[in-house]
Amino acid sequence: MSHPRVTGVGLTDFGEHSERTGRDLFAEAGLAALDDSGVDPGDVEALFYGNFMGELAEHQGHQAPLMAEAVGLDVPATRYEAACASSGAAVREAVRHLRSGEADVILVGGSERMTNIGTAGATDALSIAADDLYEIRAGMTFPGAYALMARAYFREFGGAREDLAHVAVKNHDHALPNEHAQLRKEISVEDALEAPMVADPLGLYDACPITDGASAAVLTSAEYAAEHDLDATVAVTGTGQGGDNLALHDRENLARSPAAAKAADEAYEDAGLGPADVDIAEVHDCFTIAEVLAIESLGLYDPGEGIAAAREGETHATGETPVNLSGGLKAKGHPVGATGVAQVVSLARVLEGDSAWADDVGDARVGVAHNAGGTVASATVHVLEVVE
Amino acid sequence: MSDKARDGAFDDWLDSVEDGEGYYVECENGHGWLPPRRVCPDCGSRELSETPLPDAGEVATYTEVSVATPQFSADTPYVTAIVDYGPVRVTGLLRGVDPDEVEVGMPVGVGVGERETTGDRAVVFRPR
Repeated sequence: MSHPRVTGVGLTDFGEHSERTGRDLFAEAGLAALDDSGVDPGDVEALFYGNFMGELAEHQGHQAPLMAEAVGLDVPATRYEAACASSGAAVREAVRHLRSGEADVILVGGSERMTNIGTAGATDALSIAADDLYEIRAGMTFPGAYALMARAYFREFGGAREDLAHVAVKNHDHALPNEHAQLRKEISVEDALEAPMVADPLGLYDACPITDGASAAVLTSAEYAAEHDLDATVAVTGTGQGGDNLALHDRENLARSPAAAKAADEAYEDAGLGPADVDIAEVHDCFTIAEVLAIESLGLYDPGEGIAAAREGETHATGETPVNLSGGLKAKGHPVGATGVAQVVSLARVLEGDSAWADDVGDARVGVAHNAGGTVASATVHVLEVVE
Repeated sequence: MSDKARDGAFDDWLDSVEDGEGYYVECENGHGWLPPRRVCPDCGSRELSETPLPDAGEVATYTEVSVATPQFSADTPYVTAIVDYGPVRVTGLLRGVDPDEVEVGMPVGVGVGERETTGDRAVVFRPR
């Protein structure tokens, strides 16, 4: 089986673009990816697009054809919605289409406009990833849900807010050289611990910001890349997806995310490697505890061991397995529908040697992207490798 | 909410909790769920029967929410908890206890209360 290549990537700056329309954000990222790839836009066969809250933020459904049009493409376009894993799901579908021979060139991407509806509006829009009847009506918010998981984790495995603060500090440090990142400022453990509470035990610095932004990547078959002599040294060699009960209270264990573990197992098996082979990871740290759950689900740490990783420096750029070199959702920002593809973009750039952290990770050959929806009722995992 | 249709099975369930006759649905293999359910997600059984909720459950995890959605603005801060009733867990608002004194394992009963912001009904736990 030949592995699809990442031939071009594009991102908008992540941050507050409250007056920019979704279509303009995506056009910027999509055109950047097309330009970066060197692919003739006329060869693109489909757009797979991720978006979560477009109806609420912009009163705009049916976004995929709008976004295809925005990048000048007359192709079939479909929106994938899996809450915060929307564009991870889009990547997975693109990979499967390319592998099967259904297509040779697919534009995959995502975007989200969030800041235009304010903090309360965005909190409301994010909350609908949960079960409306049984969770939202009981006051469940997105941070609240992860706070419930954080408290359950502390109770089962130990750990404290200070351990989570180290995750935030690390990801802020990683974001400093990332020109696309929303929060390019250094923070201290004390800053994080002193930040106002959002949903205890999680404070403001445990949470990713509210972000506008878009991401895109051109994926092609290996054959197309070779025929057209494209610069395509990075391939997606593994894909996996897992699911779980939507409501947190229906899960066996409140301190684990088995959907992500299933996705990881599938992706590793697909790629023919395992967690020990992973050099770098981009994981879905919408909240600091989410990074802990993610690195455990990916098998980089045993359950209960992930909590100390950032504190020990192991997941820093200078550590053994750098996690979220981009700054992660925490500091890069989290325009929900754009995040899954943005992770792939970030990994591809590092694997191609294009990283401010090249001195530390220049020899990285295997990266994993972990993208999660809601309280991880949806999860996709992708393995990217340097193949040439 | 008066101009909206009832959310049938959910509102029926809330009525039962309000009347002190709360229940959950259980398959023959002992997996518990909240209605409506036609099939057990764990084992695929379609033989589901209504079983009374125990009188008291235990707080499994909780959080005091300081930043809420507009539908909860006047309720803030409030405590949302997941409570373990044996084969089934329920999420609701925890009232009648100082947030600093909530503990995992604390026994609570379940009823229905009013949300301050909207007047809508919500599942409310209170210490037993």
